[in-house]
Amino acid sequence: MARRAQPVSLWLGIIAAGFVVAAVIAAFVGIGQRIETTTGLRAAEWQAVRFTVWQAFFSALISVVLAVPVARALARRRLPGHTLLVTLLGAPFILPVIVAVLGLLAIFGRNGWLNTALGLFGLPEVSIYGAHGVVLAHVFFNMPLATRLILQGWQAVPAEQFRMVGQLGLTPRMVFRIIEWPILRQVVPGAFVLIFVICLTSFAVALTLGGGPRATTIELAIYQAFRFDFDLGRAAVLSVLQLAVAGAAAVLALWILPPIALQTGRDRAVRRWDAPSVWGDAFWITLAAGFLLLPLLSIALSGLVGLFYMPFSVLTATWTTIWVACVSTVVLLVLALPMAAWLAQARWGGAEALTLLGLVASPLMIGTGWFILIYPYVSPTAFALPVTALINAMMALPFAVRILLPSMRQVFNDYGRLSMGLGLRSLALWRFVLVPRLRPQIGFAAGLTAALSVGDLGVVALFADPDVATLPLQMYRLMGAYRTEAAAGAALVLVALAFGMFWICDAWGRRYAAG
Amino acid sequence: MKYALTLAAALGATTALADTPVLTVYAGDYFTSEWGPGPTLETEFEKICGCDLEWSTGDLVTRLLLEGERTKADVVIGLTSDVTAKARATDLFAPHGQDNSALTLPIEWTDDTFLPFNYGHTAFIYNETTMDAPPASFEDLLALPDDVKIVIQDPRTSISGLALVLWVQAVYGDRSAEVWEALSDNILTVTKDWSASYGLFTDGEADMVLSYTTSPAYHMFAEEDFTKKAAIFPEGHYFMVETVGKIAGTDQPELADQFLEFVMSREFQTIIPTANWSLPSALPQADWPEGWSELPLPEKVLFYSETEAAELQADAIETWRAALSQ
Repeated sequence: MARRAQPVSLWLGIIAAGFVVAAVIAAFVGIGQRIETTTGLRAAEWQAVRFTVWQAFFSALISVVLAVPVARALARRRLPGHTLLVTLLGAPFILPVIVAVLGLLAIFGRNGWLNTALGLFGLPEVSIYGAHGVVLAHVFFNMPLATRLILQGWQAVPAEQFRMVGQLGLTPRMVFRIIEWPILRQVVPGAFVLIFVICLTSFAVALTLGGGPRATTIELAIYQAFRFDFDLGRAAVLSVLQLAVAGAAAVLALWILPPIALQTGRDRAVRRWDAPSVWGDAFWITLAAGFLLLPLLSIALSGLVGLFYMPFSVLTATWTTIWVACVSTVVLLVLALPMAAWLAQARWGGAEALTLLGLVASPLMIGTGWFILIYPYVSPTAFALPVTALINAMMALPFAVRILLPSMRQVFNDYGRLSMGLGLRSLALWRFVLVPRLRPQIGFAAGLTAALSVGDLGVVALFADPDVATLPLQMYRLMGAYRTEAAAGAALVLVALAFGMFWICDAWGRRYAAG
Repeated sequence: MKYALTLAAALGATTALADTPVLTVYAGDYFTSEWGPGPTLETEFEKICGCDLEWSTGDLVTRLLLEGERTKADVVIGLTSDVTAKARATDLFAPHGQDNSALTLPIEWTDDTFLPFNYGHTAFIYNETTMDAPPASFEDLLALPDDVKIVIQDPRTSISGLALVLWVQAVYGDRSAEVWEALSDNILTVTKDWSASYGLFTDGEADMVLSYTTSPAYHMFAEEDFTKKAAIFPEGHYFMVETVGKIAGTDQPELADQFLEFVMSREFQTIIPTANWSLPSALPQADWPEGWSELPLPEKVLFYSETEAAELQADAIETWRAALSQ
C-alpha cells in the first residue's frame, strides 16, 4: 500500500480504538476467570434472539424512514420554533427508560390522552401493549436521533448546489435524484445500524410494552444469567452472540456505504431555491413535534407536582450526576475525536464497527468483568463512579463518531491539502481547522454523551456506596420505597438536567453554525 | 492485620473516632436509602455497640460470589429465600447463633444459618374505588372479565415475580399451565422489577398489581389513603422472607454476633414495619405498631423450602414463559 501523508497522525486514533478493544477484552478475560460450567442455549433464548433481531430491525427501519421527510422539512423550512424543535429532538433519546415509558403511557396507554380522546368520539380503545408498542417506543427514542443525523447530512450540501438547482428549474424528482439521494446513501446506513444496535440491547422497554415474555430480548437473558442464575459462562456466550449480531449488521450496513465523494462548497447555511410545497413540510414537522413533545409534556406535568415531595438528597445526587457526566464527556471526546480523525482518513469506513463494541458488549458484562479484575487490588466501591463514567463514555462512542465522521471527512477533503501545503499539522491543525469547523458536531456529540450519562442507571447500581448515589439511582430508590410522586419529581429534575447539559453543549456548537 | 493495628491503637490511646471498630454490613440498595430502615437501624445499633456500622450496598449474592473468601462483609442483610441456597453454597456463612423459637413467623423456621428479620406475602393490590368486584379467591381471579388488567413482574428478573410463579405452582401444581393461560388475557404486561409495575398501577394503567400483603400499609400510614387493598385468597399466599447471615471469616465476630442479637431485639423489630413496609419476624402481633394488626393477612401461608424451590423453579418459570408466549 502506498503511504500517503496524513494531515493528522493516525496513531492517536488507533490507540483510542485499541483502548476500547482492550477494555472489552479485559472484561471478557475477567469473566473468563470465573466461568465454571456452561450450559448450552435453551429454546427460550433462541426465541429471544429472533425477537430481538426482528424488533431492532423494524424499529431502526421505521425510525429512519420517518426521519427522512422530517429532516428534509427541517432542512428547508424555518417555521416558528425551529431552533427549539431541533434542540428538543435530542430529548427523547436521553430520557431514562422508565420515565420515557411512563410518558408514552400517559399518551398511548389505557388511561392515556389518545384513548380518552377516542372514547369521547365513541371509538374503540387502542392498546399499546404488544410488539407494535415496543417498536413505537423505540421509534420515539430513536427517530429524533436519526432526524438529527440526516439533517446534518443535508446541511452539508453546499448552498451553491441548491442555487444551481433553482436556476435550472429542476423538478423535485430530479432534485431528489441528483442531490438528495446521494446524501441519504451516505447518512442513512450509518444511522440505521446505530439504531438497530441500540434497540438490540434494550430490554426493559421491550418487556414492559411488549406485554410479556414474548417480547424477551437477548439483553434480558444476559441480565438473567448474571443476576439470577449467576451463570457467567452463559452470560458470556450470550454477550458474544449479541456482539456477533450487531457486528454482522454493522458490517453489512457499512459495506453498502458508497465510495466517498464529496464536493466543496462555500460553507454556509442551506437556502433552498427550488420551491416545494410548504404544506407537506409543515405536516411532517407537526407530526414529529406532536409525537415527541406530548409525552415530554406529560412527564413535565406529573413531575411538577412531585417537585414538592422531593427530598434534599436528590440535590446531592444531582451534583454527583453532573460530575459523572462531565468526566464521561471528557473521556468521550478524548476517544472519539482521534478515532473519527483516523476513520475519516481511512479509505474504508468498516473500522467504524469497532466503536460499537462498548455499546454491544453490555455494560453489565463490562462492569462485572472489570469488577473481577479490580477487586483483588482495590475496593470496587471506590471505583463505582469512575467506572460508570468510563462505561457511559464507551456507550456513547458510536454515536459520537457517527456524528463527527461525515463532517470530519468533509473537512479533510476540503482543507486537507491546503493545510498540508501550509504546513499545518497535528495540534495546530486541530486548533485552527478541525475544531472550529466541527464545532456543531463536537457540541452535539458532547451534549448527547453528557445527557446519556445523566440518564443512565449504569453499573453504579451493582456496586454502589450507599452515600454516593446518582440521580437515576436515587429515582429508583424513591420508586422502590413507594414514593411515586417524589420519583416523578426526581425524574423531572433528571430530564431537566440531561436536557440542560445537552442544550449547553449543543448551543455552544450551533452558535457558530448559525453565525 | 489492619484491625489488629486498630485494636492496638485503641488500647494505647483513649478512644479517638478513627479507632472505633467497623462492622461492615452488606445490604440491598433499597435498605440503606434514607427511605429504608438503614439509617435508623444504624443509629440505634451504634448506640449500643461502640462501633461504626458501615453499610455497603449492591447485589448481595453476585457480590459474594465474585468476592469469595476475600469479601469485606462481616454480616449480610437482605438475603431473600430464593437466593439463600446460592448464598449457602458459597460456604462463607457461619451459624447465626440466635434462637429460632423466638421467631413469630407464620411458618416454622429451622435454618440455623439464615435468620429472618422481616416477612410478607405476595398479593394482588387493587383500588377499591375503581374496582367493583375484586376477586375473593384465586379462582375468582382466573374468572375475571378480560377488561380487568393486571400487571406482574418477570420471574427471570424479579424476586416478587419469581414468588408469583411459585405461588401458582403451590396452589395449582400440574395445572399451572392452564392457570397461566386463563390469566394471560388479564395480564396487561410484565415488567422487569416491582417499581415499574407499581408505577403502572398508581398511574391508573392497570387495575391490579402483583405486590405484597403489606403494600396497603404504606398507603394507610404514610399517605392516609385507605383505598388500596390486598385481595386475600383462601387458597393461601406465598410467603416472602428476608434474612440476615454472619460471614464465617469475619474479623469482627463479637460485633457480628451483637448485630444478630440486635436483629432479634424489640428496637429493631419495631423499626422494621414502618421503615421497610413489611412485618417483623420476631414480635408478637400485639406489639406491632398501631394499626398494623388490622391489616388483612392471609390465613393460609404457602412456602417452598430453598431445596424444593430450587427443584421447581426452572420448570415453573418455563411453564409461565411458554403459556404467556402463545
